[in-house]
Amino acid sequence: MTTVSRRGGDRVMVPEAEFRSYYGRPIVREPTWKHDIPAYLFTGGLAAGSALLAVGGDATGRPALRRAGRLAAVGALGASAYFLVNDLGRPQRFHHMLRVAKPTSPMSMGTWILTGFGTAAGVAAAGELAGYLPRRGVLGVASRVLPPAGRLGGIAAAGLAPALATYTAVLLADTALPSWHEAYPQLPFVFAGSALASGAGIGLIAAPTAQAGPARRMAMAGALLELAGAHRVETRLGLLSEPYRTGRAGRLLRTGRALTAAGVAGALLGRRSRVLSALSGAALLAASVATRFGIFAAGVASARDPKYTVVPQRARRDGATAPPLQPCADM
Amino acid sequence: MSGNSLYGPLDPAPDAGYVDAPARMGFFTDTSICIGCKACEVACKEWNGIPDDGFNLLGMSYDNTGSLNANTWRHVAFIEQPVPEKTDIRWLMSSDVCKHCTHAACLDVCPTGALFRTEFGTVVVQEDVCNGCGYCIPACPYGVIDQRKDDGRAWKCTMCYDRIGSGLMPACATACPTQSIQYGPLDELRERAEHRVDALHATGVSEARLYGNDPNDGVGGDGAFFLLLDEPEVYGLPPDPVVTTRDLPKMWRKAGLAALAMGAAVVAAFVGGTR
Amino acid sequence: MNADCVIIQGSNMAEAHPVGFQWVVEAKTRGARVIHIDPRFTRTSAIADTYVPMRAGGDVAFLGGVVNYILSNEKDFREYVLAYTNAATIVTDGFRDTEDLDGLFSGYDNETRIYDPTSWQYAGQEPEGDRQDQEMQRATASPQQHQSHGPGVPGATQRDETLQHPNCVFQILKRHFSRYTPEMVEQSTGVSREQFLDVCRAWTDNSGRERTTALVYSVGWTQHTVGVQYIRTGAIIQLLLGNMGRPGGGILALRGHASIQGSTDVPTLFNLLPGYLPMPHHEQHETLRDWIDAFRHPGQKGFWGNAEAYAVSLLKAYWGENATAENDYGYAYLPRLTGDHGTYQQVFNMIDGKVKGYFLLGQNPAVGSAHGKAQRLGMANLDWLVVRDLYMIESATFWKDGPEVETGEIVPERCRTEVFFMPAASHVEKEGTFTQTQRLLQWREKALDPPGECRSDLWFFYHLGLRIKQRLADSTLARDRAVQDLAWDYPTHGETVEPSAEAVLREINGYDVATGRPLSGFAELKADGSTACGCWIYSGVFADGVNQANRRTPGREQSWVAPEWGWAWPLNRRILYNRASADPQGRPWSERKAYVWWDPDKGEHGEWTGYDVPDFEKTKDPAYRPEPGTSGPAGLAGDDAFIMQGDGKGWLYVPSGLIDGPLPTHYEPAESVIRNPFYGQQDNPTRMVYDRPDNPMNPSPPDANSAVFPFVFTTSRLTEHHTAGGMSRTLAYLSELQPAMFIEVSPELAAERGLTHLGWAHVVTSRAVVEGQILVTDRLRPLRIEGRPVHQVWLPYHWGGNGLVTGDSTNDLFGVTLDPNVLIQESKVGTCDVRAGRRPVGPASLAYVADYRRRAGLAVGEGSES
Repeated sequence: MTTVSRRGGDRVMVPEAEFRSYYGRPIVREPTWKHDIPAYLFTGGLAAGSALLAVGGDATGRPALRRAGRLAAVGALGASAYFLVNDLGRPQRFHHMLRVAKPTSPMSMGTWILTGFGTAAGVAAAGELAGYLPRRGVLGVASRVLPPAGRLGGIAAAGLAPALATYTAVLLADTALPSWHEAYPQLPFVFAGSALASGAGIGLIAAPTAQAGPARRMAMAGALLELAGAHRVETRLGLLSEPYRTGRAGRLLRTGRALTAAGVAGALLGRRSRVLSALSGAALLAASVATRFGIFAAGVASARDPKYTVVPQRARRDGATAPPLQPCADM
Repeated sequence: MSGNSLYGPLDPAPDAGYVDAPARMGFFTDTSICIGCKACEVACKEWNGIPDDGFNLLGMSYDNTGSLNANTWRHVAFIEQPVPEKTDIRWLMSSDVCKHCTHAACLDVCPTGALFRTEFGTVVVQEDVCNGCGYCIPACPYGVIDQRKDDGRAWKCTMCYDRIGSGLMPACATACPTQSIQYGPLDELRERAEHRVDALHATGVSEARLYGNDPNDGVGGDGAFFLLLDEPEVYGLPPDPVVTTRDLPKMWRKAGLAALAMGAAVVAAFVGGTR
Repeated sequence: MNADCVIIQGSNMAEAHPVGFQWVVEAKTRGARVIHIDPRFTRTSAIADTYVPMRAGGDVAFLGGVVNYILSNEKDFREYVLAYTNAATIVTDGFRDTEDLDGLFSGYDNETRIYDPTSWQYAGQEPEGDRQDQEMQRATASPQQHQSHGPGVPGATQRDETLQHPNCVFQILKRHFSRYTPEMVEQSTGVSREQFLDVCRAWTDNSGRERTTALVYSVGWTQHTVGVQYIRTGAIIQLLLGNMGRPGGGILALRGHASIQGSTDVPTLFNLLPGYLPMPHHEQHETLRDWIDAFRHPGQKGFWGNAEAYAVSLLKAYWGENATAENDYGYAYLPRLTGDHGTYQQVFNMIDGKVKGYFLLGQNPAVGSAHGKAQRLGMANLDWLVVRDLYMIESATFWKDGPEVETGEIVPERCRTEVFFMPAASHVEKEGTFTQTQRLLQWREKALDPPGECRSDLWFFYHLGLRIKQRLADSTLARDRAVQDLAWDYPTHGETVEPSAEAVLREINGYDVATGRPLSGFAELKADGSTACGCWIYSGVFADGVNQANRRTPGREQSWVAPEWGWAWPLNRRILYNRASADPQGRPWSERKAYVWWDPDKGEHGEWTGYDVPDFEKTKDPAYRPEPGTSGPAGLAGDDAFIMQGDGKGWLYVPSGLIDGPLPTHYEPAESVIRNPFYGQQDNPTRMVYDRPDNPMNPSPPDANSAVFPFVFTTSRLTEHHTAGGMSRTLAYLSELQPAMFIEVSPELAAERGLTHLGWAHVVTSRAVVEGQILVTDRLRPLRIEGRPVHQVWLPYHWGGNGLVTGDSTNDLFGVTLDPNVLIQESKVGTCDVRAGRRPVGPASLAYVADYRRRAGLAVGEGSES
């Protein structure tokens, strides 16, 4: 029974790498997180994008965007909270997250961002209730207080939204999973773009085409950020790009890309059609889901096969004598 | 990369805030005299009351444990290798354990503060605080810490925190019959290890090398380091582990940039363009 | 730890004695070379500097080659050999060697398959016994009785100090081993010439005045039909090289269980009484005098001259005040041997309905003994069976869920055996001593009470004895006097009325009957009934009323010999025959290897002194020479280092006492795949055979049917499990480390038989078929023997049907054939077939094995021997 010696690289651009491992077993450990976490990546990004959409709508007199954005933000945040608590090993201890505020822990920072954002988004959403409240009595007071409160809440939420959208990229990158860690320069842009696109999608679905212009532009910006980031992730990381292009992760990311493209195209072409806009919005939301699950799967795949840990580290150890791991063609 | 509190040589206990901390304690595992008896695995489980790991014939030589995980805090690896020149075959055996890194990624990323640095420089999980968020698990560069199913919390070697404070040695070091597992002040162990490697080289065992002993390595040196007889990856260890937190400042900066871009994009979307 | 070289053969020391093995690791760290010779690369080999793959069963060929190398190249430690061995002793003229008789010695009788040793004696000696006597000796494993004292050899011998006389032991040795050349070693064992010579050089270079080599063996040597002769060859080498009795030298015999050394010192063996006194035989030892003279050997020198005192003191311990000079101290009460009462004979007696009841204590023969089916069928034919153990072992449940229930050979409703299971206390739930493999007694305190109804063995037998005594109190039968008169008055304590283990140890130590004063050594024992002593070699363990076995002075507070940790027998001597560590004048052979020496200025006229208790009379001057004809201890000269031997010398050649020859000879195992390359005589001609239909033997060459079982198989242990698994497969933490029965094969054999890693396969012999998962490993390799590849297969023997992890029992594969000297089974080598896939289940498995027997030319119910 000899030591397993495996050849790296299936159908990739990098040179084949010889490496050794312990019976082909993983070195780093894939997360024990379930579907809840990639789902949260989506809902968190959606909440952030929606909040930005809402504040923009509030500032430029597009109530449809404002309302849809605020409701989507608080709704997505509620879903986020559910996913995060559900994924805990000891859900009843979720409040232990509030014991510390640790800058070295993206999850700790995220907890506080979520807490702040959630409060603000809640207040913002409450602002929308004002229209349903009677004019008199205690509730009448509320009906007058809520809208300005809601505006402030909306601004606060929007202020936290970019942090909410991008801290999760740091969370994934701040691990030992090779393909996540190596992608740390790009992932925040991918997530930011994906959040923008999701928020835009809400706008495309919920707002009349007359108000949806910013949503369309948001969608384009988001798509651009996301696709540029994703492209770099899939081509500039050498061997560690491979998990993003192959297997289940590859399929999910390609699907996400296709849906993003379709969504943007639809949004632009269908700027007069409510139906087409809504479909485009839906496509953008679906794209975000696919992208998040794809990124997640890629990280897991990079943990499962020890070559992703061994080959780059060995190259680093052995120094300049090893040939650099480069893609074989410019892309 | 210049050293700072997140990376580079460091004495972790004082850095964590202990005043007059005792000497940093650690493990030196000399795998050249490991006889693969697994007394360490059993002693650890007995002392810590760890559940068994299932009865599975893995066929990985005599390793039926597989790897370190929530229910295995000492894991003996077995590697059978053909060695053409000498005795035709070589059987490497090594008892793996949590490295108690100087810069411990698990500790850095723990959002509840369950993981903490002890006065001995070791890293311990407080089982009454951990809520099973699972973040430490993918953060560890060695793949050590793990979540226990049915329990939900993260578990790993404590370097018998409940023994060393009373002047005892950890259970595994106590049980090891050949002193392959040595416990003591880390400085002394590192010195002893250097001598041991030199002695082995002098007798022709040129493949002996230390792993995890260098404070300048990617995790600031391990509190539990090893003498290996082959490359680390042969034993299932990463060749050049780096604590993920090293790059965290840059990660936050990138995120900040992305956040700004996001904000700018939204502003442009609402301000620019026609309807 | 002080060895310059450690040779480990017939042993997997790191695997089975991991704690003791730390000293081998320590030696290696100090620069010693460690060599491991084994059919299989094990965890011991992993640490060794050199691993030598060797065919199972080839040890005498290999070691004989080493002897030949030493003698041909004059590498022996000549001064030591001349002074301390019988190399110069002249053997009688009529002796014929295997060289002359193609593998036999003179005196062999084909019909009885036994030797008349008359022609083996030293020149000028009276013959000891005749052929009939030898048959009785084999049946009762008499040589085992001689083990610590050497059989009878009257004092004066004829010697040629020039070692040139053609019939002196040295020349006989040379002739006998002349054919064990490096080429023959290679052909017969598979060890390459180069590697063999490398071992020879390492061994001889590390012996002599300045350096010593230690030889280690365990049950890999003992469990063979030539097991005793394996050890003898090792002894010859260590004597020739002057390693016996020296620090870092000697032979370390690793026992197979915790405290099994104690189980032979204070024996649970049928043919021994405490201190290796022989059990009397009904014909040969009718009177007390007959019996005592049989081992006292009047007229010979050495410490057995005082054996009468040891024997009488033992009888006093047994029968107390009912043992008097008038009734020969109760000698009539001692049980008598009538023949072979060995455990395997008992099993066959059980099958034949001759045994009614069976006490089974801390033993699991259903899994741990050879020929599992015979064991279980035997136990199924009893009236009653009492099993005492910590867990429900397979030997307690065989009647309802054993393999024979699966095949239909045992039907639970009809099995006539009534089984009583009495739960036992574990070793932490009782106090007492363990005797480990270096004769060291260590007292253990009780840590906690046993749970529920669990009780210690001491409690069980004490109270059982009381009840039997009560039952027989009014009997008038003569045979019941033995029990009625037993001294059985141990103090007890506690709620459970536990007898005092310390009181038992005091009795074992011995005391003055009148005053109760504990004795300080066997020299104080008397033959007049004024002393009582339960085991003369242990006398001294309670010297001065102090439990010496309980001493725990830390190593760093005493010398490197550490005499204040525990107590070793005899008299706390840590290395036996350590007189040999000094030259005939009493000076250490070298400073580096000084151990004990003669100090002429100490005491009145000089004393022996040193790091250990000298294994010699303290005040005996090295220059002392006795008057001719002096017997007993006074007959030992000042340079007779081997004080228990009749001639005071280490025996290269054994003139009497062994059944199968004065010199080791390579015989093939009872089941082999090749013809004996050395001689016409294929296997050990005197080995114990049980020729019965239910005990078939696989055919060996020249029988062509031997091809039916073309592979060699051997079994041994895993560190993670303990013997038959009762104490390991019942624990989760151990079971998970080795969770399944498996079979190791080489990649070549796997290819030949289509076996896949982790796939199922089964192993077949003429007795049984067992299955396991395959582990393909390079640690086993085919060896080239006699020009063709021979495959070896390895199985661990720990598995049975009960526990957290279960599997087939490997020992079912073996039949019963025994070493003639000590009646131990050959369970380290056999032949077999290996096939892919799981074995048949139930009656189909019987048919499967029967088919193999048919093809092997063994009709159902035929034994085979060469």
